[in-house]
Amino acid sequence: MWLTLGRRIGGLIIVMLLVATMVFFLTRLAPGDPAALMLGDQATPEDVARLRAVYGLDKPLLVQFGLWLKEVASGNLGQSIFLQRPVTQALAERAEPTFFLTLFSVSIAALIGIPAGVASAVWRGRAVDQIVSGLAMLAANVPSFWLGLILIQLFAVRLGWFPVAGYGDPGAPLADRLGHLILPASVLGLVNSALITRFTRASMLDVLNEDYVRTARSKGVSEARVVLRHAFGNALIPIITVVGLTAALLVGGAIVTETVFGLPGVGNLVVSAVLRRDYPVIQGALIVVAAVYVLINLAIDVIYTLVDPRVRT
Amino acid sequence: MTATHPEPLLAINNLEVSFRTEEGTVTPVRGVTLSVNAGETLALVGESGSGKSVTSLAVMGLLPRPAGRISGGSILFRRRAGGAIDLAQASASEVRRLRGAEIAMIFQEPMTSLNPVLTVGEQIAESVRLHRGLGQGDAMRRAREMLDLVEIPDAGRRVHDYPHQMSGGMRQRVMIALAMACDPALLIADEPTTALDVTIQAQILALIERLRREMGMGVLFITHNLGVVAEVADRVAVMYAGEVVESAPVRPLFHAPRHPYTRALLDCLPARAARGADGRRVVRSIPGTVSRVAEGCGFAPRCEFVRDSCRVGAIPLESEPDRVVRCLRWREIA
Repeated sequence: MWLTLGRRIGGLIIVMLLVATMVFFLTRLAPGDPAALMLGDQATPEDVARLRAVYGLDKPLLVQFGLWLKEVASGNLGQSIFLQRPVTQALAERAEPTFFLTLFSVSIAALIGIPAGVASAVWRGRAVDQIVSGLAMLAANVPSFWLGLILIQLFAVRLGWFPVAGYGDPGAPLADRLGHLILPASVLGLVNSALITRFTRASMLDVLNEDYVRTARSKGVSEARVVLRHAFGNALIPIITVVGLTAALLVGGAIVTETVFGLPGVGNLVVSAVLRRDYPVIQGALIVVAAVYVLINLAIDVIYTLVDPRVRT
Repeated sequence: MTATHPEPLLAINNLEVSFRTEEGTVTPVRGVTLSVNAGETLALVGESGSGKSVTSLAVMGLLPRPAGRISGGSILFRRRAGGAIDLAQASASEVRRLRGAEIAMIFQEPMTSLNPVLTVGEQIAESVRLHRGLGQGDAMRRAREMLDLVEIPDAGRRVHDYPHQMSGGMRQRVMIALAMACDPALLIADEPTTALDVTIQAQILALIERLRREMGMGVLFITHNLGVVAEVADRVAVMYAGEVVESAPVRPLFHAPRHPYTRALLDCLPARAARGADGRRVVRSIPGTVSRVAEGCGFAPRCEFVRDSCRVGAIPLESEPDRVVRCLRWREIA
């Protein structure tokens, strides 16, 4: 198992190197000179050249890449052009809402999707299954911005249960800030529960037909235990994958939802950086999001070994 | 062979099982009558699709729901506590309490019949915890004993193994240990050796035979392999197209088969195949699916002795001492 894990981690380092390479060169492919952009229309060619020298942009591209990689490897993502502070700091400020939004959304999606999928499989073709499948279809197809606006209108404006938008004052207690996430997390949770429901249903249907489920029944085990212990334990493996991937996608930024709810998350940061050509921020954010994505995948693999003894040996 | 009790352990009478399918209702089992005494092995033989497995699932209360159900007849099982229960009429929870405790089953596919995410010990222990109310520690001790009983070496360590760490033969031993964990009175073995190597087959058969002798349980042994029948059975019931067509003790059945299907089946055995010109006789194949056979004798379309009278009405089971036959002409052709 440790050997497999070591090999996986080695693979991840290679993946991250590839990501860094692509991020760097794709950014360079974009038209425009960051130094000129920074100084604006009034700058003289001499000013631009000086600034290019400051940022090392006058060096050959490969040398620049090498220097940048070295900085990234030591944790320095550079300086934001517009925010007047290091990219790492800008990202750190945005990490909290994105982290908790992802955590809550995935939890809500799993808490809805897994039981619904199990029920749907157990009572296949019956009313429960049809209702669940219909709702899942609806959830998968409803636009998240629309659902977000509806929830804001109902629960924030009309009922006043939750704040309308934003993330509250940075100095406010954590609980107060997290209260701002309930509505956006509900939106993302509902929308993402559809996929988890369908995966769970399909996985459970497969497993319920297995011989070992018949064996469990032949022992006189109650139907609830057959479903929950014998079938669900085995159905869990593909379900873990889809839950993990949902989390990984949300980390990259639920841009639409963040925008609707005015949340200062990573997605929001990336969008404004792109609009302002803030290259260091774009590069830094992409690297960090890719790293988190890769780490979540590693976590999925580790969880596999806990759930499936066949992977362990 | 030691049927000390006057009443059979299991008495199936005229069992009918039907399935709802998209093309209407089919009855894969429609006239099964057989009995198993305590301590004896009854072999239920027949080709694929003859209804052997459906019969066993009906006894276990494990017919696939909601499509399948028992639509006629009775399955009387003599309970350990005394008195008989009709499994065809009993509630699902009554049958469930007997499953694993008094009636146990082993299946054809040892590779897939054990749960891959639970250790074999946990799977055996679950049964005794459920039916005997043992705690976790006692249940695991019982699981180790059972692995010893089915001759798995180093049981103390193996009890913590997962199924994928064992060979097919080992897994079938585990299945047997699991089935025997609560000392069932009746063991249903559905082709338990079909998926195994010949050498392992012999070991598994010997193991089931030993346990039957030591524990005095009745065994309903389902197989299509007549070689296995000769080895394990005290009595044999032959099924064709959902009906028991002949049933007799193993020697008389092999030496003097009465029903044309039984004869044809025995003629297929390599040892007896010398009689035909080409060395072996082939039972003519079934025209259409078995479920379409509506009236008369199910074997009529393939029978060499068929008469018009064979194709109408229900063919009754005729009894003579020690044997039943479902054929209008067995006396003439004997």
